Amino acid sequence: MKILVCISNVPDTTSKINFTDGDTKFDTNGVQFVINPNDEFGLTRAMWFKEKQGATVHIATVGGLTVEPTMRKALAIGADEAFRINTEPTDGFSVAQQLAEVVKNGGYDLVIGGRESIDYNGGMVPGILASLTNMNFINSCINLEIDGNNVTAVREIDGGKEKLTSSLPLVVGGQKGLVEESDLRIPNMRGIMMARKKALTVVEPVDATKATEDKKFDKPAPKGQVKLADSVDQLVDLLHNEAKVI
Amino acid sequence: MSVLVYTESEQGKFKKNAFEVASYASAVAKMMGTIVTAIAFNSTENESLGEYGVSKVINVKDDALATFNAGSYASSIAEAVKSTDAKVVILSSSTDTKYLAPLLSAKLSAGYAPNVVQAPDSTSPFTVKRTAFSNKGFAHTQIDTDIKIVGVSNNAFGAHENKTAISVEEIGAVADAATNDTKSVEIDKVVGKATIADADIVVSAGRGMKGPENWGMIEELADVLGAATACSKPVSDLGWRPHGEHVGQTGKPVASNLYIAIGISGAIQHLAGVSASKTKVVINNDPEAPFFKAADYGIVGDAFEVVPQLIEKLKDFKAQNG
Repeated sequence: MKILVCISNVPDTTSKINFTDGDTKFDTNGVQFVINPNDEFGLTRAMWFKEKQGATVHIATVGGLTVEPTMRKALAIGADEAFRINTEPTDGFSVAQQLAEVVKNGGYDLVIGGRESIDYNGGMVPGILASLTNMNFINSCINLEIDGNNVTAVREIDGGKEKLTSSLPLVVGGQKGLVEESDLRIPNMRGIMMARKKALTVVEPVDATKATEDKKFDKPAPKGQVKLADSVDQLVDLLHNEAKVI
Repeated sequence: MSVLVYTESEQGKFKKNAFEVASYASAVAKMMGTIVTAIAFNSTENESLGEYGVSKVINVKDDALATFNAGSYASSIAEAVKSTDAKVVILSSSTDTKYLAPLLSAKLSAGYAPNVVQAPDSTSPFTVKRTAFSNKGFAHTQIDTDIKIVGVSNNAFGAHENKTAISVEEIGAVADAATNDTKSVEIDKVVGKATIADADIVVSAGRGMKGPENWGMIEELADVLGAATACSKPVSDLGWRPHGEHVGQTGKPVASNLYIAIGISGAIQHLAGVSASKTKVVINNDPEAPFFKAADYGIVGDAFEVVPQLIEKLKDFKAQNG
């Protein structure tokens, strides 16, 4: 089985978010970048397939040179080969078109991306990619089993979960549940050394259409001071008479 | 030209978010000087959308679509976009809709802006305000394509009555041309209980509860309030509660009217995930817990004392206030 994991380079979850250039750009100053958590669950599941069922695992990232440390980390975790599509990611619609080209050329059976990136939260890349490559698609996937060409998966739904069957080739929008948090791997020294020697191929972008543009950003209004209640009686009174939520 | 809205139903009945997205569509249509057409699947109460500004409902009646299928639903919605010459498509933020939205975006070559929190900033150019950076910020996103898809955040715009004369057209499903052999086998869903996605009130607890055996009082509090239960990331990682309850940056976002956090210190990732909730209450024995800085109301105290008192007080309150 040939697997491609699409990886987005995002600010660490603990990052404070600021904007610059008249609030038109995300301020990367002092920000640590990591593998998008939803993608990392997918990558870890891909490693499981590699080790338990035999698979080749490639990764692809759309971005400039600055995304390579994150890609090397994915290689250190155990991916075999990497493709960097050499253009700045602008919107999900065009990123999916860039990745579709890699998918078409690579003949992958399974493509895993995160359900959404935790920075721009577009939540569209895996689905658009599936459409562009005529592959099946399962989103918010929390369990994935593959037997030959047959797929059994579980996806999260509001208030529960749904079991699905499908077949390869398949694109998955992954998240926590594909593997557990405790299954995530921290690259060891050997992995890091080996990652340096693995192929990271730079691919030139294709012509892609942009569909959306983030024109301006702002931050939520600062919160007022918390009101501390001395008793549950006072709390219930505040919630009923002041906040009017009960 | 019209604005098309996809109104979700369950066993024939519209979900709460159907009226919110219909209201949103109505606001957009007003800005653009046009009308709202809704598309529904196997709905039995189509006329009710007329209360929220919808002029026409296309109800796709087909037993083959009794269970949600992202590919098939997207095909029928795309067909309705073409038949009504819709330039703007309004969707909800449910898990099902977020599944079909990118498929629809690809089919229509339409730009998609999810998690939109208010009526468009402008319709020409078409710009919407949406949450980004997992609720730590907002982006004003311009959609440049001929057809635009807007995903409206849960509980952000609200349902607004706007009585309109309504007509209903029933059609069959369109054949799904694309590869689609993804099929539902089994749905495992709690029936008759509020879900995190659409609950007005969410009661959430963290490691301060010390162990899964102590969740009885959390569930009782949720029952009294008709609330959904949720938990922090460590609690779901420890296996105390199911993953589906994990709220925060890598879990589910919460946009309820009232969010009660019990024994949750308030890590930045958790605060981001719940920031869209309108009123936040924190119960924690540590007055220095970061969550107090992000909360509207709080009680500094031991959850094991405060929560049982709160349950009793709320039972009395409910008895008096219905």
